[in-house]
Amino acid sequence: MAALELRNVRKTYGNAAQEALKGINISIEAGQFLILVGPSGCGKSTLMNAIAGLEDISSGAILLGGEDLTGVEPKDRDIAMVFQSYALYPTMTVRENIAFGLKIRKTPAEQIAAEVDRVAKLLQIEHLLDRKPSQLSGGQQQRVAMGRALARRPKLYLFDEPLSNLDAKLRVEMRTEIKLMHQRLKTTTVYVTHDQIEAMTLGDRVAVMKDGAVQQFGTPQEIYNNPANLFVASFIGSPPMNFIPVALENHEGRPGVRLDSAGGSVCLPLPQLASNLADGREAVLGVRPEQIGLGRGQEAGGPVLEARVQVVEPTGPDTLVYVEVNGVQVCCRIAPVDTPAIGSNMLLELDIERLVLFDPTTGARIA
Amino acid sequence: MADSLSRKRLSFNRIAIHATLLVACAVYLVPLLVMLLTSFKTPDDVRAGNLLTLPVEWTLIGWVKAWDTVQSYFWNSFMITVPAVIISTFIGALNGYALSKWSFKGSNLLFSLLLFGCFIPFQVILLPMSFTLGKLGLANTTAGLVLVHVIYGLAFTTLFFRNYYVGVPDALIKAARLDGAGFFTIFWKILLPLSTPIVMVSLIWQFTQVWNDFLFGVVFASGSAQPITVALNNLVNTSTGAKEYNVDMAAAMIAALPTLLVYIFAGKYFVRGLTSGVVKG
Repeated sequence: MAALELRNVRKTYGNAAQEALKGINISIEAGQFLILVGPSGCGKSTLMNAIAGLEDISSGAILLGGEDLTGVEPKDRDIAMVFQSYALYPTMTVRENIAFGLKIRKTPAEQIAAEVDRVAKLLQIEHLLDRKPSQLSGGQQQRVAMGRALARRPKLYLFDEPLSNLDAKLRVEMRTEIKLMHQRLKTTTVYVTHDQIEAMTLGDRVAVMKDGAVQQFGTPQEIYNNPANLFVASFIGSPPMNFIPVALENHEGRPGVRLDSAGGSVCLPLPQLASNLADGREAVLGVRPEQIGLGRGQEAGGPVLEARVQVVEPTGPDTLVYVEVNGVQVCCRIAPVDTPAIGSNMLLELDIERLVLFDPTTGARIA
Repeated sequence: MADSLSRKRLSFNRIAIHATLLVACAVYLVPLLVMLLTSFKTPDDVRAGNLLTLPVEWTLIGWVKAWDTVQSYFWNSFMITVPAVIISTFIGALNGYALSKWSFKGSNLLFSLLLFGCFIPFQVILLPMSFTLGKLGLANTTAGLVLVHVIYGLAFTTLFFRNYYVGVPDALIKAARLDGAGFFTIFWKILLPLSTPIVMVSLIWQFTQVWNDFLFGVVFASGSAQPITVALNNLVNTSTGAKEYNVDMAAAMIAALPTLLVYIFAGKYFVRGLTSGVVKG
């Protein structure tokens, strides 16, 4: 296992006006699990192919275990990859699929057999070894594809949206299994996905990408709690963060934002906001659904907002309640026992410490 | 439900369709029937003039004489066809693989130019080709004829394989590259095992083309090296002696037999190979 470092990686396709990768800088330690997440067309797959050596980069450097991979052929990079389509060799049995890379590298036969056994046991596919890929279900093919990657014990694993062809239930199962496997084997891994839940649950480090640039690089918690900009805040989290248009103002000498709803108007103090910014300008207030709780009334301390309940969606573990604040729909996640009646007014309390503010035009974080 | 529906359809339309097909079938098969019947007749029987009657006396003398005459040319044709078919199919597969999976600068242009080869009439290249063969020292040799057929066939075989391999997922190639396989390993171990249907198409197509070729054979081969198509022509067109139609017909049947057999035994692959998708991702 080896550390991976991307230094100012750039890529332009042919004569395209737009760069596909605009100077990517990412560095992870050996054994870490890196997630590249973003909407389609953000460059995450291009970046993965560049790491694998399947596509050349225009400038910059990719270092694996301190060694510069520029100009190194894919077969010499000692990298294994799991593809979205699995890409199992259709004419070979599962055993031959797993052994293929070892055979090409002229590994002795008994060592290949031992390695196939180890991997098959690890992934519980021993009973499938003599079948052809076409005789396997999607989940089984997925396991074989992982087995093929695991067999060579390479320096780096690449996963290209490996779960997106599975049904919802299997996807969750395999996600846990991949996580378990990584905890056991401590393999350096780069994992591409467009699914923010996979990004949050699997990654040690997450790089959120958009338009060929990294928007934010950090731990899942950092990215969730402390999004660098409006895009990251909107992309990570389900249900997504609420964005409420507000005006920044001073209320009794303290900077804050005003929230209006059916039940009245309240000025929310924001201690994290620099007071020189509170000059009446527009901003976007970011609030995650779970940061809005049931208000306990004025005496409990924080300011309370009264809003009319428009929609109630019970999901089981908690209930999503939609209310209107400052003209937009706001989603609140509350305990099922507190579920209000539709059309009634409910008291809401916001977790002031964790609120974030963005510039409405640039999307940059203000506070 | 489906059964009763289809039974209802056995109406006027169905009958008309089948009748048309039967007539078409007869139109195509009657000449073959005449050939077969004639080949088993004695010369006197033939001269009696009843084309569609059964032979008065079934005899193999036509076939024996025909075989004696064309035997060596029949093997000539094999010596030309087998290498030409195998070589052009193999190179076509390699071309198709390179053009579809290792696209390089100008690969699309190269493919378009190759396609152009499908539309060049034989007659156009006769003179430059005989000049080239002369320069290569291959004029009037079997090897020369093989070379001509390989070059002429490449346009088609490349087209077949290129279009087939375009349907093979790129991820398969990427996976193999990461597994450590190079250009030829991927070709031998991954792509060729997938190629049975299109190899069949290429083999049948090329076999038919090369075996049935007359023009290249008559121009680029001479004397005892001629293929059976040319020999058949010489046999039928001899102006000396009485016309032995039974021998002519038997010789024509012998000349046509290999392509017939190829279609009978591999024909199902031809349709399957041209219509089937390749591999599911």
